[in-house]
Amino acid sequence: MVASPPQSLHRALGLSDEEFGDIKEVLGREPNHLELALFGVMWSEHCSYKSSSIHLRRLPTKGSHVLVGPGENAGVIDAGDGIAVAIRIESHNHPSAIEPYQGAATGVGGILRDIFTMGARPLAVMDPLFFGELSDARQRWLVEGVVSGISGYGNSVGVPTIGGELTFDDCYRANPLVNVLCVGALPKERLVLGIASGVGNLAVLLGSRTGRDGIGGVSVLASAGFSGEDGAASLDEAKRPSVQVGDPYEEKRLIEACLELLDAGLVVGIQDLGGAGLICGTSETAARGGMGMDVDVTAVPQREPGMVPYEIMTSESQERMVAIITPDNLEEVEALCAKWEIRASVVGRVVEPTLQPNGDRVGMLRVRNGFDGEVLAEVPAKALADEAPLYDRPRRYPSTLDELRDDDPSDEPIGSPNDDLLEMLVDPAWVYRQYDSQLFLNTVVGPGRDAALLRLAGPGLPHSSRGIAISTDSNPRWCALDPRVGTALTVIEGVANLACVGATAKAVVNCLNFGNPEHPEVMWQLSESIDGMAEACNRLGLPVIGGNVSLYNESGGADIDPTPVIGLLGVVDHLVAPPPGWNWNDDDTLVLVGARHAQGDREFPLGGSRWATRRGRRGGEITDVEPRTLKATIEFVASEVAAICAGATSDVTAVHDVSGGGLASALAEMTAVAGVGASVKELESHAELFSEFPGRFVMATSNVEAFTDRARAAGVPLFELGVATGNRLVIGSMIDLSVTEIAARRSGALEDALAAAT
Amino acid sequence: MKRVGVVVFPGSNCEYDALSAMEALGVTAELVWHSRTDLSGFDGIILPGGFAHGDYLRPGALARFSPVMDAVAEFAQEGGAVLGICNGFQVLTEAGLLPGALQKNVGLKFLCQPTTLIVTSNASVLTSGVALGQELVIPINHFSGAYVCDDETYDRISESSQIVLRYRDNPNGSRGDIAGLVNERGNVVGLMPHPERAMSTLLGSADGRVLLESFVASYVAA
Repeated sequence: MVASPPQSLHRALGLSDEEFGDIKEVLGREPNHLELALFGVMWSEHCSYKSSSIHLRRLPTKGSHVLVGPGENAGVIDAGDGIAVAIRIESHNHPSAIEPYQGAATGVGGILRDIFTMGARPLAVMDPLFFGELSDARQRWLVEGVVSGISGYGNSVGVPTIGGELTFDDCYRANPLVNVLCVGALPKERLVLGIASGVGNLAVLLGSRTGRDGIGGVSVLASAGFSGEDGAASLDEAKRPSVQVGDPYEEKRLIEACLELLDAGLVVGIQDLGGAGLICGTSETAARGGMGMDVDVTAVPQREPGMVPYEIMTSESQERMVAIITPDNLEEVEALCAKWEIRASVVGRVVEPTLQPNGDRVGMLRVRNGFDGEVLAEVPAKALADEAPLYDRPRRYPSTLDELRDDDPSDEPIGSPNDDLLEMLVDPAWVYRQYDSQLFLNTVVGPGRDAALLRLAGPGLPHSSRGIAISTDSNPRWCALDPRVGTALTVIEGVANLACVGATAKAVVNCLNFGNPEHPEVMWQLSESIDGMAEACNRLGLPVIGGNVSLYNESGGADIDPTPVIGLLGVVDHLVAPPPGWNWNDDDTLVLVGARHAQGDREFPLGGSRWATRRGRRGGEITDVEPRTLKATIEFVASEVAAICAGATSDVTAVHDVSGGGLASALAEMTAVAGVGASVKELESHAELFSEFPGRFVMATSNVEAFTDRARAAGVPLFELGVATGNRLVIGSMIDLSVTEIAARRSGALEDALAAAT
Repeated sequence: MKRVGVVVFPGSNCEYDALSAMEALGVTAELVWHSRTDLSGFDGIILPGGFAHGDYLRPGALARFSPVMDAVAEFAQEGGAVLGICNGFQVLTEAGLLPGALQKNVGLKFLCQPTTLIVTSNASVLTSGVALGQELVIPINHFSGAYVCDDETYDRISESSQIVLRYRDNPNGSRGDIAGLVNERGNVVGLMPHPERAMSTLLGSADGRVLLESFVASYVAA
């Protein structure tokens, strides 16, 4: 055994004194250097969820259609017709802050592996992105880098990117957020889990050689904040080697090889190597199977000479998987991997659990120098994978919040609604034009709309006429004012987005991007946000089937606004025609569907709206929405659109959810896409133009009488806005803009901002 | 055409899309691994889109050395119909089966968007069934799609009706707005846009059908 480390080493590895004590207790002795390092990565915030775990338990996770819930590599639902759909969301925030291209690229690579680990072919990716304002040159560099990274990796690896989100706010100046969601599909019976079972079975490392890149990615990078006030910009050059480097070509071959291995029934279990590398992959599979595992570090193909066991075991080199196979299948596995030019090396063996002095049998993870060589580390696999100490960290209501809530922007001067509207319009096409959004011939509704809609089809899947819809939503402005209600409304916003493409929500995944959990205010935000999500999901009968928590999004002591990103997966039962989209026609009647007024004290709240935030007014109250009307409205919209998707003729010609930028923005976006203006009656106030609360839709109909009858029968409130006509958008006396100007400002906004001189 | 082979290099990614487009036209299609050297029994060959061999060095530069490419050249030599879509077009130029080359888009960005194509020659297996001047909405999806060639080549391919498709609004800086090109004999076609992605109004356009229908019908005509 290697000598015991000096007392202070555990701190350098990110472990507290208490955690060091726990480790000694688990082992019944002092850990050696290597063992301590293994605990350091596996007990990191990123791997162990030690600050969030006790709160995440409050989320509803059950449903008759849920095949796999949280805790596995991805959540999986039964989508019908013998097809299961896997979904996962993750963050790659800290790496992207330091090296935007590789940070974003490896974020995509990592999430794909989580999906095909389950036996599913990755079918689509979405990327919610958050940056500071583009007037700052560094932000423009980050945007260009992140978008190129997603484009460069995603297009090449052959998985379409079908949507996402793009948010600019100064709170992300030092801490950009790069989240990535992936969905995949598989024949239901092919579902596999990352379990090591069967004594004598082999652990085969597939894919890239192991190098020194990404060492400490989870513990050094993702589980600590940036110290400089400008975040990653100044100080953290030293952390750059903790960012991994991606190779999409390797990943593409790895995907095809793994799916073929699974199709051929050659693997018992399979697990991707992401954060914390080989130690994570081997200890998790062994822990799930209740087995022990011997890992031979010398059998791991290395990218450079002189790597020490600690580096080999914790390297986050990309494009690697561990497959558990029976020894008699080894030859076939090797042949199949050779076809795809994928390296396959036996690096581990599944072994019997070890009898402990107290009579328990414990699956031990042993790192060895040669299979029969010296034991370099020996720790219970379960202790590493599942038994990190969990913390109920102190929570505190932020002392400044009451003051912020009292500062309602309703007293803000009206200004020029025309200018306000134009300045809020941003078409993300500059971003999504760089993404292949169409591969696999499934994309019915692609990026830039309320939600993406795909045919549920892919190589090797049973035939189905169903569709799946995916949306990602967030509203950090709401969540800063009230993380509980803000998160609940974000879930509702997502369900409303799915309704626009005719889909009924089936499952939720979430990526909780928060500040430093050692700040009690941040823990309060996180806890409240989880409660809000639980409330909304319980109310809507939605299971949460996966999630990711990204903490320490702070720089120089300043935390980001709470940013829970909600991913929603929905199903359209019969998809033979595209949903109506935003293209209204001349003479259509335009109708606001849903409650016209908000439920709280203010009929058109501006707190947390883009309109107010742009003016530097970040305060105010946000209020929940009335649940019965909301439910009826969303169900009505979803069923109207679903009928069109199923091939029915309909008088409905356009649908759009009212969200960021309010009613005026929704109308302007539809105007720009349709190329036809609108004449809308006088509204109550400028607040009605720009107020943001979910559960409202703008719909266009060619037969308003029939439409009104159906809405009444469904108990859904309607407000007739006006008519689609001409080449100007006119809203009472407040807005009067030409369609050309709206379209030009909207389509050029992003490119102009990115082209701004430094 | 009864049986079409779709060549798969490591890194190809549109092979299943090509298969499903062929199946939609009632043609049997199968994947052909890049190490295969015998293409007998096929009536047509498609080189699909993607990133063959990771597009390392440059698109198509390594793929031209895959064993299957000798067989593709032989197949073309014997008059067989060969269609290279996107990366497949890049491979065909690198392999010398079509003149010119594809370089990075003029804006130095990847572009995935619908384009409007004009049929400028129907002396090819891809356009024989389409009227001259017809406009087709078909998406592009590439980083290196700007066609380049020397003046002499450009004059030759223009005069001999080898330019089969041109962009109405040039998205990538292609010389002469060239979107698709055929060899002198008319049996080897390459194009950057993806006709297999435009097979159904559910997905936005069905304008790719007429092109692939021509390709599929070409064997009978030959």
